[in-house]
Amino acid sequence: MEANKQSSVAIDVGGISKRFPALLAVDNVSFTVNTGEIFGLLGPNGAGKSTLIRMLTTLVPPTSGTAMVAGHDIIRDPNAVRSNIGVIPQNMTSDPELTCAENIGIHARLFGITGEQRRKRTEELLAAVGLSDRANAMAATLSGGMRRRLEIARGMVHNPQILFLDEPTTGLDPVSRISVWEMITHLRAQEGRTLFLTTHYMDEADRLCDRLAIVDKGKVVALDTPVSLKSQVPGASRIELQFAPDLPNGTADLEKLPGVKSVRSLGSATYRVSSDRGPIAAQELIEVAQRYKLELKALSVQSTTLDDVFLHYTGHGLTEVPETAAPGGRGGRGGHS
Amino acid sequence: MKRALALVERDMRKFRRSPALLFASLMLPLVQLVILGNAFGGNIKNVNMGVVNLDRGPESVDVLERVRAVGANARTFLPSDYTDESTAIADLRKGLLGGVLIIPQHYSRDLLEQHQPHLALVTDNTDRSVAGAIGDQMSQLVTSINAPQVMPREPQQALLDVVEVYPYIDYIKYLLPGSVALAIFVTAMIGGGMLFIDDKSRGLHEGYMVTPITKWELILGFNLSGTIKAVLAGETVLVLGAVVARVPNFFEPVRLIELTFMVILTSIALIGMMFFIMARISDPLVPRAIFGVLNTLLFFPSGAVYPIAGFPKWLRVMSECDPFTYAVHALRSLLLKDSGITAVTTDIFALMLTSVIVLSGSALLFRRTL
Repeated sequence: MEANKQSSVAIDVGGISKRFPALLAVDNVSFTVNTGEIFGLLGPNGAGKSTLIRMLTTLVPPTSGTAMVAGHDIIRDPNAVRSNIGVIPQNMTSDPELTCAENIGIHARLFGITGEQRRKRTEELLAAVGLSDRANAMAATLSGGMRRRLEIARGMVHNPQILFLDEPTTGLDPVSRISVWEMITHLRAQEGRTLFLTTHYMDEADRLCDRLAIVDKGKVVALDTPVSLKSQVPGASRIELQFAPDLPNGTADLEKLPGVKSVRSLGSATYRVSSDRGPIAAQELIEVAQRYKLELKALSVQSTTLDDVFLHYTGHGLTEVPETAAPGGRGGRGGHS
Repeated sequence: MKRALALVERDMRKFRRSPALLFASLMLPLVQLVILGNAFGGNIKNVNMGVVNLDRGPESVDVLERVRAVGANARTFLPSDYTDESTAIADLRKGLLGGVLIIPQHYSRDLLEQHQPHLALVTDNTDRSVAGAIGDQMSQLVTSINAPQVMPREPQQALLDVVEVYPYIDYIKYLLPGSVALAIFVTAMIGGGMLFIDDKSRGLHEGYMVTPITKWELILGFNLSGTIKAVLAGETVLVLGAVVARVPNFFEPVRLIELTFMVILTSIALIGMMFFIMARISDPLVPRAIFGVLNTLLFFPSGAVYPIAGFPKWLRVMSECDPFTYAVHALRSLLLKDSGITAVTTDIFALMLTSVIVLSGSALLFRRTL
């Protein structure tokens, strides 16, 4: 990696692949993550997100290709990578039979932090994740949200430049999800830190990520900011409206409007219009009603969502797991998702 | 090294908090020591023996008196009179008797006429220990019958005087070294193998692997914490067992240091062996499934419960390859013979060699990735 790139590029993935005996989990993926951004990988379970994050965090060696993380090669210098990254895995890796403080303290020792510095850092992190009052509680007694916060505290113990979060809110209740989101936003606010997260929640990706890579069957099928990704989807704004009485020419007048991709009659003088122009199209539809002196009994506009983006790029919904990408024989923790 | 100590700290905190592991590690060897130690190796006593006297002559009365003397003193068997042979044999087959002594007709006459009469001893040989004990006792009895009333001035017989070098060793003392090695093995199995695989399947290792801890520090950390736990278990059984078995002069300091050295060496070898076996295993059921098999393969061929001299050749080869054998031999030498460390150098070398082989093998097999 060039010296001038090191400051602006946190992660540089170059043609990385991972093949398991029964499956190509990650297929020649390349992208860069800029320093200080929240970068998301969005994809269904089985898309290869966790395998990709495990390769970038040196847990699984790639079959081919490599990546530079924090300026270090994940294959040639994995220990330097480990010293500069924090990892909050999908599953709990804290010891349930140790207290919160002990879990953080032992993790600190694994990074060579000992003595007074360790004690101070443990206290700081417990306070940062709102677990000071549970410092001496066994990790096994924590709620799902608290456990995830403990994992975040452990991942932050050595103040890493880059933080990897693998599905940080999977399995959490709505309140805990919001609390974790706030924590992630707060972590990004700290100077220069890069966050790399995987998720299969559209709202999470939309809310948190500066840039987003859509992953399907081991490949990155689209990569941009959430806003740009949504704007690239044709006819993704859907408008439903009901006239009284019905339009004299049926769908014909609506199909002539600019930007309209399709019109479907739903019966009872109700129509669903797909358009590129969102709210502007809605304005034009109101004008049609006025032209024919019809009453507009109902009108709703649904903007482009990342679901539409995902459907557009992959040809299937986020909750539909394509058969070809289903986890293979590895199973367990070593499997990909 | 610093990072390896994080794993040791983690294990020690859990070990101190939950006595379950120590309890589990101590229960089997201590229960085995107390139960087996007292069940085996004791003198056979109070076996019912039927006596059928078909002679009624004066020499048969002499035999009966000697049999009753055994019944009253050594109590190896308790004689009861039977009038006919078939009833006595039937009772033997029913398990009511452990043996039947038959004094044949004309026994007294044949003896006086020096016609070498035969006393018959019918034993229930389904129980070899009982049959052997009755046989030994009866052999002694017959020897005493045959002994001349007056010893000749210059006897033409060679005599054997057996001198025992050490004070009387009862079976519980004989079993103690095996119990100490067993405590170390159980800790290596539960606190080493099972915990390692459980932690791996619970994802705890994933947490370690994203830190800069090296492969060598991981191997060192796992082995060091396992060894500390195994030494604690081994020392506890050693002290408790020595008190229960009443090992003389056990608390002599030099001897304690020598014994502790052997416990440490055995712990390193057995923990290393366990880590070597588990290095590539992920399924938590595997260590549980192989626990019993390993216990049988390591414990019984070691001479812990029965002397190796009594083994067939193939089992002797197995015992020579078994690190337990050297641990048991060294602990037995130090505990029962107070032989000093120089007498167990072969055992020390064998355990060190085992440690080097298994730790090198672990380093080759252990992968620092998922």
